[in-house]
Amino acid sequence: MPITEVPNLAPALPEIFLGLAAMSLLMLGVFQNTTGPDGVMKASRLTSGLGIVMLVLAMVLVVTVSGDRLLTFDGLFVSDPFASFVKVLILIASTFSLILAEDWMEKQGCHRFEYVIVILFATLGMMMMVSANNMLSLYMGLELQSLSLYILAAFQRDDMRSTEAGVKYFVLGALASGMLLYGMSLVYGFSGTTDFDALAALFAGGTEPAAGLIIGLVFIIAGLTFKVSGVPFHMWTPDVYEGAPTPVTAFFSVAPKVAALALFIRVMNGPFGDLASQWQQIIIAISVASMLLGGFAAIAQTNIKRMMAYSSIGHVGYALIGLAVANETGVRAILVYLTIYVFMNIGTFACIMAMRRSDRAVENIGDLAGLAKTHPAMAAAMAVFMFSMAGIPPLAGFIGKLYIFLAAVEAGFMMLAIIGVLASVVSAYYYLRIIKIMYFDKPVTTPLETPIPKRIVGVLVITSIFVLAFVVFPNPVINAAGVAASALFSG
Amino acid sequence: MFTIGLGHYLSVAAILFATGIFGIFLNRKNVIVILMSVELMLLAVNINMVAFSAHLGDLMGQVFSLFILTVAAAEAAIGLAILVAFFRARGSIAVEDINSMKG
Repeated sequence: MPITEVPNLAPALPEIFLGLAAMSLLMLGVFQNTTGPDGVMKASRLTSGLGIVMLVLAMVLVVTVSGDRLLTFDGLFVSDPFASFVKVLILIASTFSLILAEDWMEKQGCHRFEYVIVILFATLGMMMMVSANNMLSLYMGLELQSLSLYILAAFQRDDMRSTEAGVKYFVLGALASGMLLYGMSLVYGFSGTTDFDALAALFAGGTEPAAGLIIGLVFIIAGLTFKVSGVPFHMWTPDVYEGAPTPVTAFFSVAPKVAALALFIRVMNGPFGDLASQWQQIIIAISVASMLLGGFAAIAQTNIKRMMAYSSIGHVGYALIGLAVANETGVRAILVYLTIYVFMNIGTFACIMAMRRSDRAVENIGDLAGLAKTHPAMAAAMAVFMFSMAGIPPLAGFIGKLYIFLAAVEAGFMMLAIIGVLASVVSAYYYLRIIKIMYFDKPVTTPLETPIPKRIVGVLVITSIFVLAFVVFPNPVINAAGVAASALFSG
Repeated sequence: MFTIGLGHYLSVAAILFATGIFGIFLNRKNVIVILMSVELMLLAVNINMVAFSAHLGDLMGQVFSLFILTVAAAEAAIGLAILVAFFRARGSIAVEDINSMKG
């Protein structure tokens, strides 16, 4: 008789593959000859190229594995259409940010092969997070992601702002993990289990939960709000986004955000789904505060990365509306919203990475002045992304917001939808201001560097086509999001 | 006879946890103290986990606390590494010197 049975590895195949790939690339990178004049660059290019291939292969595996709800590792790990949808989104975001990163890193002189490895491990952590079906696997996935992200924030280690961003992110991230864990310990103590299915079964009867459990739930919500950078736990976001190297900021603003929001959705609607009346009010408050802060605080910013940080706080606010309604329509709306958000944000950051003047990266909004004359194509792409973020029809961003607000109205949260629309009107001011600066302001100094690197051009073309054409072909994304959302609520 | 029950353990853990949080926010001197406060928070959670585990007669809490210990070690390593990088770039690890970005 076997002492241990080998668990069914098939549902976790993409994660296993990505973990092995990251470790192999680490070995490959370590054993490259870096003594030559451009040895470091060769090693970094090799691992970066292979890293992109690995992410694409992992995406293929996710799509292959996707299907029914499968549990493995004694119920610690779940693979369902919801997880698959989010994983594909995360992998797309990671792939794009890797494609953009290499060129920027080389120009800044901080290209090292470890970058790719850390990105791969962060992506692996995110995939574990969205597939977690137990507090324990949730914690391990979240920490793998967070620890990798701390390193990434401080990746430009001779730069003061980058290391400072790393310190800030680490301290506040560790605080968030601590609160999350404390909440988990209380939930465990007052329910006797950490398994999501068991917790859901416990509350399904409609019994009044113990007060300790509700306190634990609040701690968990606080910890997760930190990770998605919702108000009032957003204070790390602007500093980290500004200080971290631009490719890292681009990565931060998409992949971890998607993963953390997906985790938030799973935790709230899975184990605590029947306690919705207990947590809905908190989520509504976070959502409203995030939307308003994202709208107003971004107006005064001069640094475009910092502005994008506030913009992302605002977007989290809109996405959380879909969570606050606590039903299938809401989750479908979030997934559609996040898909569009990923493409808009990657495109915007591709533009930001192309902002270079006399061999230095510049990041002030004023540096975009007169862009329409010197770089008409890039200005047009940026204008598309800004209009889309502001939610101007018929661009993709409008459809995302439409679904979110429709979900709120259908569930009877009229006030929430009204506040959301008003906040998006306020935020339109700073998005449109960028367009005004690009098209109507006189360029004051030397124009931005030309030519724009090919990789950035490629990413810009793909993302702007997505944003422009989404209104014509929305069905693939919306149907997939619908399947993913219904999988979360049928089980 | 006086016995130590679940409530006592939970109180100790809650006090330690609160000390950790206050240590992060009220400390105005040294970043190393912040790292210690973070450890304090994680250890408070461990006390909670083990106490609940013993109380419930369920092993999950103790397994969980082992995982937390492992992750806390990794976290401390990464935190100190980032701090070393920061010190090299800034020349100081005083909390008041982490101030190059505002707004």
